[in-house]
Amino acid sequence: MIKNISNLGDAAVYCDFGSEVNEKINLSVISYFNSLSKLVEEHKIDGINNITPSYNKLIISFDLSITNYSKIKKIILDLNVDKKININNKKIKIPVCCDDEFGLDFNRLSDKTKLSKEEIIEAYLNEEYFCYMTGFIAGMPFLGDINKDIRCDRLETPRVKVPKGSVGITEQFANIYTFESPGGWNIIGNTPHKVFDPSNFKEPALIKPGDKVNFYQISKEEYLNWNE
Amino acid sequence: MSNTYFEILRPGVNTTIQDKGRNHMYHVGIAVSGAIDQRNYKLSNKLVDNDLGEAVIEFAYQGPLLKLKNGKINFSVTGDIFFKIIRKNSSVEEGICYKNYILDDDEQIDIISTKNTVYGYLSVNGGFELEKVWNSYSTNTKANVGSNNGKKYSLEDKIFIKNSDLQINKEKKISYNKISDNIIRVIKGTNFDFFSSEAKNIFFKHEFSITKLGDRMGIRLNGHKLENIVSTNIKSEGLVRGAIQVPADGNPIIMLSDHGTIGGYPKIGVVISADLDRVGQITPGSIINFKEVSLEEAQNIFKAYTDETNKYLNECN
Repeated sequence: MIKNISNLGDAAVYCDFGSEVNEKINLSVISYFNSLSKLVEEHKIDGINNITPSYNKLIISFDLSITNYSKIKKIILDLNVDKKININNKKIKIPVCCDDEFGLDFNRLSDKTKLSKEEIIEAYLNEEYFCYMTGFIAGMPFLGDINKDIRCDRLETPRVKVPKGSVGITEQFANIYTFESPGGWNIIGNTPHKVFDPSNFKEPALIKPGDKVNFYQISKEEYLNWNE
Repeated sequence: MSNTYFEILRPGVNTTIQDKGRNHMYHVGIAVSGAIDQRNYKLSNKLVDNDLGEAVIEFAYQGPLLKLKNGKINFSVTGDIFFKIIRKNSSVEEGICYKNYILDDDEQIDIISTKNTVYGYLSVNGGFELEKVWNSYSTNTKANVGSNNGKKYSLEDKIFIKNSDLQINKEKKISYNKISDNIIRVIKGTNFDFFSSEAKNIFFKHEFSITKLGDRMGIRLNGHKLENIVSTNIKSEGLVRGAIQVPADGNPIIMLSDHGTIGGYPKIGVVISADLDRVGQITPGSIINFKEVSLEEAQNIFKAYTDETNKYLNECN
């Protein structure tokens, strides 16, 4: 449930669902997102430009020439949240190659976790992950939670360029770099799978909030011959 | 399809197609994009009798050198721009912003540079032969989405122009007054209380300079370091245009149209909607001051901003 609603500047509403990060709070954010999105799609609300769900916040940005903070706040307070609509429960399998060429940070991770590369990979592949949110760069999923034994902070100095397809971990989270981008996550492998596809008009992002993701390992040869 | 196009003889530093922006895609990580200076974008369209939502060419600093092929067009340039028109007889005409021009086959527009601003706009009557992607023409170079496959223009590209209606030969003009003060009004951010009382004081009292590290994603500032007394990271959450994030180094970053859709740095403030055009146009090395306003004040200032935009638009009727 929403704990507090405030304004973020003059053209956005900031809904705070608490400070913890867990599936339950995130599912509540997603159900608000889905219910509001449905009203926008059905043209029942004017002026909303974007709705951005994250771990425990929902931000609604709007066109100040059409509506304003108090009108949108009222819509949210009066919203009849349908917990059943559109909760994604897609299960997605993502291939990952952890060859040394792609797994850039195994040395660092082994130092910090006192685990071998093989143990880290095993712990990583062993979990099913929940997608909390998508964003920062187009289609990037924020997944969790990874095994406690392999958790590690961000790199002290972020990379200027993380290669496209890189699979990274930090703290309790995992992600996939859908584009070459600056970034500070620990990189353990790379996927040849298309996670963001701008030519797919309806669903450009493969992994959406609420989806479940499993990773499986592929060899470098399979990686190089990957064909979708 | 029309066969009229611009041949790009020089692409310029960052030449893209922009419009009012692409909405309803933040949740997949695609920013709004759109013209950085929305007022000047609208005025350039109005000067050539276009729908205000038509696609325009946005350029930064040094703009493109364009040669018109197979046609005759009606165009306008807005912003504070030094440009020339190279006529067929090789005569060179000094370009004036905020008026429309006729350009003939094989004539050229040379956008030499912006003056004390970053962005400018070029509109052509009828618009360009482009397709909307998620309801917008805007080029988003971060997600490779939109016009020109989401890439800035380069030497080999051609920009096709729809058939212009040259019946509208009527001369149009706007008397535009550029506002050159560098006071940027902000509303306190959701993490304002993460900062020490000294930092809060500095934020609204001291000057900040605009560094060279700026693009359509955002602008980095430099000044007195803003001390954070709670946490230099927050759990990543949504961002909006104008949000001012402060990472661990204490230097603020202002989000512009191509910003990352989520971010994990505390937000000390948000630039009000009415000042977004202006903040995006401030050049590196310039000094700015932040001034706090309430939500109600920001809404009133936005109303005045809209009225002023409409006043300019009405000059063309």
